Amino acid sequence: MAGTAVLGRLSWQVAQVSATVDETARVRTIRLDAGQWPGHRAGQHVDVRLTAEDGYQAERSYSIASAPGQGLEITVERLEDGEVSPYLVDELRAGDGLELRGPIGGYFVWDGDDDRPVLLVAGGSGIVPLMAMIRHRLTIESSAPMRLLYSSRTIDEVIYRDELDRVAADAEGVEIFHTLTRAQPAGWTGYARRIDQELLREVSWAPADGAGVFVCGSTRFVEAVAEGLLALGHDPLSIKTERFGGTGG
Amino acid sequence: METNELKLDGNAIGGLLLELFGLEMTTTTWVCRSCGAAELVARVDVYVRAPGTVVRCPHCDAVLMRIVRAPGRRWVDLGGLGTLELRDP
Amino acid sequence: MPHFISRGFQGRRRRDDPEGRVPPGQYLTDDFPVLSAGPTPHTPLERWSFTIRGGAEPVTWTWDELRALPTETFTVDIHCVTKWSKLDTVWEGVSVETLLEHVDHHSDYLVAFCDGGYTTNLPLEDVTGGKAWIAFAYDGEPLDPEHGGPARLLVPHLYFWKSAKWVRGFDLRDEDEPGFWESNGYHLYGDPWREQRYWGD
Repeated sequence: MAGTAVLGRLSWQVAQVSATVDETARVRTIRLDAGQWPGHRAGQHVDVRLTAEDGYQAERSYSIASAPGQGLEITVERLEDGEVSPYLVDELRAGDGLELRGPIGGYFVWDGDDDRPVLLVAGGSGIVPLMAMIRHRLTIESSAPMRLLYSSRTIDEVIYRDELDRVAADAEGVEIFHTLTRAQPAGWTGYARRIDQELLREVSWAPADGAGVFVCGSTRFVEAVAEGLLALGHDPLSIKTERFGGTGG
Repeated sequence: METNELKLDGNAIGGLLLELFGLEMTTTTWVCRSCGAAELVARVDVYVRAPGTVVRCPHCDAVLMRIVRAPGRRWVDLGGLGTLELRDP
Repeated sequence: MPHFISRGFQGRRRRDDPEGRVPPGQYLTDDFPVLSAGPTPHTPLERWSFTIRGGAEPVTWTWDELRALPTETFTVDIHCVTKWSKLDTVWEGVSVETLLEHVDHHSDYLVAFCDGGYTTNLPLEDVTGGKAWIAFAYDGEPLDPEHGGPARLLVPHLYFWKSAKWVRGFDLRDEDEPGFWESNGYHLYGDPWREQRYWGD
């Protein structure tokens, strides 16, 4: 698989920032031009390394938001006590270099090789790798039924909101479910609570349908969702999880 | 801060393992030398907010691996793991 | 070839140090970062004890017995090997010297052991003479489990990995035996003023 095993391709390289897009007040997408980019799979991530003039370094991992074949984009949330994310969201600009290595990951990936239904469950910025999967499904025109259950605190914090609305309206076989846990706008018809077993039951396929599940978010979110799905009888082997840290990113 | 949030999973060390072993390892299975449980690397518990990276068995919390990085060198203790199988891609 | 520099990147670091209290390579922080190498233990106080082994016989204190010993409130600077330093931190605890006075021993070193399995090694002369405490309160409040509560070892003149969280006792030894981090690349002694972070430093 391109880029996953050959050490040489996994060395650090300096990519150029070609564009940035503010997704929400705290979240920004960074489009990158990486000359030696070997391509990637939906769900993989890159490691980013920042170096200060005095040699001080900080390293973090960020999921790739773009679909395979659609260039390289990462989406970053500025964490309050963060060291790297404030730089990426507030300081970095088009023309700057960004040192990265990747793509990394062989577990939390979806290639769309079959038509098995797919359930994606995202908590906050956990949407990023799942968005790559949705975008990939559309790029390859897969007929695998796909459902996204996306938990955010408020409507203003929903990342890729307009794109998800368009996907919900136009895309065949892709359904989008939102839940807003802290506050909902007037006239809100989506879910309005933290994901619980009942909510999962309403949104997910029956265990017998053999859907693959991808869950991404904070450790607490991921563990609660996985527990809920197991309680509904889903096969543990069908559930793949990726925990994001608020680890001073 | 939630201490739970300090615990990630093996996906978080994908790059580090690639650097150390030259292989994508998140789909490899590791065996805990302490309790014998076998688990996919992607599912082990990883603590990165520490003087080094500590990888623990999600079943018994025993330390599977410790990694410390310094400029130009790194120390790896794999003593908590049973034999590793490293397959060609 | 010089390494690529990220334009405008500083991190959250400050080094304003007019009094020379920040060791080389360290940066000041106002928060108190939580570092963790494993799950936070939660030993109820009724089951908590502190034991010093390796002397003529083991000596143990229950929580109430520890709290009945003379305590001190003290202010110290702390320095983590991950490069943050925090000045003027206020703690309350029992000096290690007070505990060692109850033990008949001829040892020169100790290994501190903790709930969760963490260990760290120290020469006895680095925990006596007012240099170390078993601390149970920080900033006027009972020590938070995330920061090592109910009690942690505090040895502020060395890198903070030596200030073992969730400490439950000492094994007295005749030799300096590397603990959890010391056996995996970190310096056996760990003096921040000589920047002794790693083996061979």
